[in-house]
Amino acid sequence: MIQAILVFNNHGKPRLVRFYQHFPEEIQQQIVRETFHLVLKRDDNICNFLEGGSLIGGSDYKLIYRHYATLYFVFCVDSSESELGILDLIQVFVETLDKCFENVCELDLIFHMDKVHYILQEVVMGGMVLETNMNEIVAQIEAQNRLEKSEGGALG
Amino acid sequence: MPAPIRLRELIRTIRTARTQAEEREMIQKECAAIRSSFREEDNTYRCRNVAKLLYMHMLGYPAHFGQLECLKLIASQKFTDKRIGYLGAMLLLDERQDVHLLMTNCIKNDLNHSTQFVQGLALCTLGCMGSSEMCRDLAGEVEKLLKTSNSYLRKKAALCAVHVIRKVPELMEMFLPATKNLLNEKNHGVLHTSVVLLTEMCERSPDMLAHFRKNEKLVPQLVRILKNLIMSGYSPEHDVSGISDPFLQVRILRLLRILGRNDDDSSEAMNDILAQVATNTETSKNVGNAILYETVLTIMDIKSESGLRVLAINILGRFLLNNDKNIRYVALTSLLKTVQTDHNAVQRHRSTIVDCLKDLDVSIKRRAMELSFALVNGNNIRGMMKELLYFLDSCEPEFKADCASGIFLAAEKYAPSKRWHIDTIMRVLTTAGSYVRDDAVPNLIQLITNSVEMHAYTVQRLYKAILGDYSQQPLVQVAAWCIGEYGDLLVSGQCEEEEPIQVTEDEVLDILESVLISNMSTSVTRGYALTAIMKLSTRFTCTVNRIKKVVSIYGSSIDVELQQRAVEYNALFKKYDHMRSALLERMPVMEKVTTNGPTEIVQTNGETEPAPLETKPPPSGPQPTSQANDLLDLLGGNDITPVIPTAPTSKPASAGGELLDLLGDINLTGAPATAPTPAPVPQISQPPFLLDGLSSQPLFNDIAAGIPSITAYSKNGLKIEFTFERSNTNPSVTVITIQASNSTELDMTDFVFQAAVPKTFQLQLLSPSSSIVPAFNTGTITQVIKVLNPQKQQLRMRIKLTYNHKGSAMQDLAEVNNFPPQSWQ
Repeated sequence: MIQAILVFNNHGKPRLVRFYQHFPEEIQQQIVRETFHLVLKRDDNICNFLEGGSLIGGSDYKLIYRHYATLYFVFCVDSSESELGILDLIQVFVETLDKCFENVCELDLIFHMDKVHYILQEVVMGGMVLETNMNEIVAQIEAQNRLEKSEGGALG
Repeated sequence: MPAPIRLRELIRTIRTARTQAEEREMIQKECAAIRSSFREEDNTYRCRNVAKLLYMHMLGYPAHFGQLECLKLIASQKFTDKRIGYLGAMLLLDERQDVHLLMTNCIKNDLNHSTQFVQGLALCTLGCMGSSEMCRDLAGEVEKLLKTSNSYLRKKAALCAVHVIRKVPELMEMFLPATKNLLNEKNHGVLHTSVVLLTEMCERSPDMLAHFRKNEKLVPQLVRILKNLIMSGYSPEHDVSGISDPFLQVRILRLLRILGRNDDDSSEAMNDILAQVATNTETSKNVGNAILYETVLTIMDIKSESGLRVLAINILGRFLLNNDKNIRYVALTSLLKTVQTDHNAVQRHRSTIVDCLKDLDVSIKRRAMELSFALVNGNNIRGMMKELLYFLDSCEPEFKADCASGIFLAAEKYAPSKRWHIDTIMRVLTTAGSYVRDDAVPNLIQLITNSVEMHAYTVQRLYKAILGDYSQQPLVQVAAWCIGEYGDLLVSGQCEEEEPIQVTEDEVLDILESVLISNMSTSVTRGYALTAIMKLSTRFTCTVNRIKKVVSIYGSSIDVELQQRAVEYNALFKKYDHMRSALLERMPVMEKVTTNGPTEIVQTNGETEPAPLETKPPPSGPQPTSQANDLLDLLGGNDITPVIPTAPTSKPASAGGELLDLLGDINLTGAPATAPTPAPVPQISQPPFLLDGLSSQPLFNDIAAGIPSITAYSKNGLKIEFTFERSNTNPSVTVITIQASNSTELDMTDFVFQAAVPKTFQLQLLSPSSSIVPAFNTGTITQVIKVLNPQKQQLRMRIKLTYNHKGSAMQDLAEVNNFPPQSWQ
């Protein structure tokens, strides 16, 4: 099971924070900070698996992360997920973002936080992997966006 | 009221903030605006406001006042509203808040909505944060959706069902019928989530597991699907880097693992497909490796045939050579798990594993080190040790302690020769001397003592080692001890194993004195050094005067430990010179302490203790005695000196009764004790624990400090504190010093402290300093308890206190359970 998905930039500013288990707000922020510090220390030629920090989960949990340009994508998972599989999943998620936003960059995530959540919702639900086929995901997202547009979509 | 600003605007504004304070201010302003907007119950802009709120929540600002608004959005008819409303609910709410229950009705309606995306939202929310009540209420709806033909909804329903089962396990049965057809789906999304659902059910309930194995014939179905995936050739919609839906393959393999575990039939049914996957999968990309990794784990976990297992381990071996560090990491982790069961197969990859010790990645190095220790055996010990010692040299400090301990263990088990063993220990001490654990020192000393023929060689090498550098404490401690014991061999140049060095007695004393003076030496090390110097007084011939001088100098040392020793050694020189040589004899071969009893407890001569009744008699050759009767003979027949006075002796519950009666007699008939003993020798009533009592002197109290003291008893103005010391050389001995103080306004007289411990311990109570506890905390009674704890069990003690206070006799029994772990571990 995936316990949390965190996306933050090279300075630790959170861009996407999604917990699949309940933590109070201060703990959530602490976890983001702690994870950032753990991940920042890693060299580039080291493996992408980290034993988790003390705040999130326990000894059963691992942090699996990937670094893309200015963003870190970190998944906190337990032993029921395959580590290599999660690495691939992160790749699928990022590629899906790329398809949805056309050459996605950090600014897209900043200004469209809600849309990123919706995309994520089609990939991971309740801490479990829902769909891994990029085209499927993109198709579903586009259908929902059309539905929103047809209602006049007043979000901004 | 102007229209609330758009989310975009807000984000832009916040990004212009240059300081945290500025940002906070902006956010507070916006929150205020949002709050007023909420109060106006404005439907048009609600979703915009909630979106902004979620953004601010992500940055870490409180957003709880938006919770109800999310519910209102969920209840709206518009998809846009529902979308952001549900997202808000998932991010801001959880089952701890009562508010979430209000959602139940909305979700129920939305589960039956005409638009599939609305249904999807409802399923998603329920599956993320539904509480047990909600799940119970809505399980029926979820089950219905599990049977729908709409694959979008079906896959979401499957995962929602998993969540329901987790929250309310009893409902698992309900979903069973729906699972029958799940695997007949073509849609991979549905297949994937169905496998997840089946996995969850099998893991939770052994009955389900059995059911799926036998009745549903799940294994053949899964095998079929897997086969199709591998054989089907290129399929553009599921292709990832040339492999057809690797995620699904991995999921299926995991479920197969659970089904095949401990089940011969299932395992057999999947043997072929596993072999196929293992050999046919492309390994050039990560996806292929993920599948292979999962296959390997499955093969190792089920009852597979040995050929398959060897295949699996070879795959892991190939992983070790992969350039990708993730793959290497994963391989090492798996090998560590399998090394116990398939030892020989893993041995074949030993050289690759040893190469990983040189990797740059810290996690990989750690796993390689653990694996290397697991692979060491009698055949490869020499080669492996070379590599491990090299690793010890160059690794990060966080590894050194573990590595050193591992090397000691391995060397002890598989050393091909004593000389090699000593060499290895020397190497570790010199390269990682300061990281060696404290308990290694006594073990090493014992090892050296027992290698009788190597004494000369050992002491020579140790001497050479500390000549240059005496900062590594464990090394110096061992060296000091050895020089003290075998200094005569060192000086006489008797070494056979290597070129003997020319050392004079003065040079040896020089180095020991330097250790004593050095700032880097700890108190413990200094103790070792002083004792060593003392021992040399019987082994050296020309420098006895020098030794006397050194010893007397330290008689006024600030360090209490050193001062104590020096004073006693001085006493040896002055008053008991005739005993000195016997006392300082060479140590005999030590046996490992067994649970039958103490081996090094009894000494040859009794010895009166100087006035501050304390814990450190001079060291002497321990005579291993296993029977109490020998002890008795020694004590009885000893005319030279009086018996050590011990406080309450009594009838023990065990068969040593006669012994103690006799000791009781000795005590009573006026042993000229220097310390006052309490006049009556009271009998302890028989608590269920074994009582104390052998009159004996533990030796060699090289004490380690730093254990927190405890208040063992505090009642009626009487307080008893325990302070602890542990022996470095005999880790089973704990020395407890009790201090009794009295805060009332009257003295407590005739104070007697008695103690009893469980059967596996042995207790010795020395004489107390007095029998009066003065009032107003003006003074204390001190008494020493020595506890032998060979089985390292948790220390417990029952104490009995009797005293006279305010004209009446007081008595109390208490149990002491708050011993700190450092005192007995």
